[in-house]
Amino acid sequence: MNNTPRKHRKAVLIEPSAIIAAGLKTLLAEAGSEFEICGTFEEPTHFVERAPLLNPDLILIDPAVFDFQKRTAVHNFFEGQQGAALVAVVYSFIEPEVLKQYHGSIHIYDDGHKIIRKLRQAIDARQHETESAGENSSYELTERESEILVSVAKGMTNKEIADTHHISVHTVISHRKNITRKTGIKTVSGLTVYALLNNLIDQSEVE
Amino acid sequence: MKHLLFSERMKMADLIHANYRLLFVLPRFGIQLGFGDKSIGEVCLMHGISTRLFLLVCNIYTFDDFLPDASELHSFTAEDLTDYLHNSHADYTREQIPEIRRQVLALIGCCEAKNGRILERFFDDYNREVTRHFNYEETVVFPYIHNLSEGEKSDEGYSIGQFEKNHSNIEEKLGDLKNILIKYLPDMCPGSARNKLLLDLYLLEDDLNKHSLIEDRILVPLVEQLEERMR
Repeated sequence: MNNTPRKHRKAVLIEPSAIIAAGLKTLLAEAGSEFEICGTFEEPTHFVERAPLLNPDLILIDPAVFDFQKRTAVHNFFEGQQGAALVAVVYSFIEPEVLKQYHGSIHIYDDGHKIIRKLRQAIDARQHETESAGENSSYELTERESEILVSVAKGMTNKEIADTHHISVHTVISHRKNITRKTGIKTVSGLTVYALLNNLIDQSEVE
Repeated sequence: MKHLLFSERMKMADLIHANYRLLFVLPRFGIQLGFGDKSIGEVCLMHGISTRLFLLVCNIYTFDDFLPDASELHSFTAEDLTDYLHNSHADYTREQIPEIRRQVLALIGCCEAKNGRILERFFDDYNREVTRHFNYEETVVFPYIHNLSEGEKSDEGYSIGQFEKNHSNIEEKLGDLKNILIKYLPDMCPGSARNKLLLDLYLLEDDLNKHSLIEDRILVPLVEQLEERMR
């Protein structure tokens, strides 16, 4: 199963202890090229300044670097890092409530294999989060898209639709692309069937 | 790649085991099932068909990235190919599409009357479009190729360059029909009727895609070579 080389992942480490930072970095380097630490920061604010350049897949962070009150709001802090998985680096007692916010955690007594495995799991958990969030918001037609679809089903041209809805032709085209992406229906007569079956229009309106 | 392709010494029956979609192809060459353990070469000889063309079609149907070398196009005539395409058209319009239409009508029987009418209208629309496309090939393209093969120049200025390579609207309508059946049509039929129809639509779609591929990538270059020689 592991015949194909795994994707190279960039990680940043936010950890005040130089010993732990150096140790983790060595451990990951020894395990191969799958995970590479491309930046180490003593404080989260230092990382945030550099974040847009680094664009990491993983953020390894010692939860203790946050003040006690801020520990439960880690996601707010990393709002700009939508794509990255958050992994806690744990070497003292951290409340389970706090750990729940991370996609995974590694413990100071974990061996190299276990750490790699946990990092992979964290990336999977992060991906899963994105996919399930997308399902709710992006597959159903919006109200605006339904309106545009009705106009298409009535046989109106893009120009006519733009004029009726007071939008640009460019916007109409972009709505139509989204309608087709969501429904999988490409032809005008197919869209007419969709509109009729969903009672968006009446048969008399298309004759 | 080459050693993976079908060859004339293989058993005809093994062809079907390797790709059951070829069940559609055999009758278009006039080959009926029940050929025993004969090889591909023997069966083709018995039926007087070009083994090269038969293998070419079977290979295209089976191996997704297979396309023949330009030199192989000379191992059969353009009219061998148009005969096959003509038989394919007849198969679509007389057998496959009417069978699908029968299933669509049965499904309509379990739908609300309003929805049934919508579906029937859409299917007939699709049917008309496919028929129109085939008719164009039968009445304009194939006679042109026939004349060209006889060494006659076309006086109406038609050339294969005008061949409608764009099958996309027909393909899109079929895709839409699948989506409507999978997602949007409410019905009260037992599930198997709709499933059977969908499975047949998937098979038809695959078959039509290969048919278009043969026209665009085999027929057109072959006729272009003929035109070249006439000049």
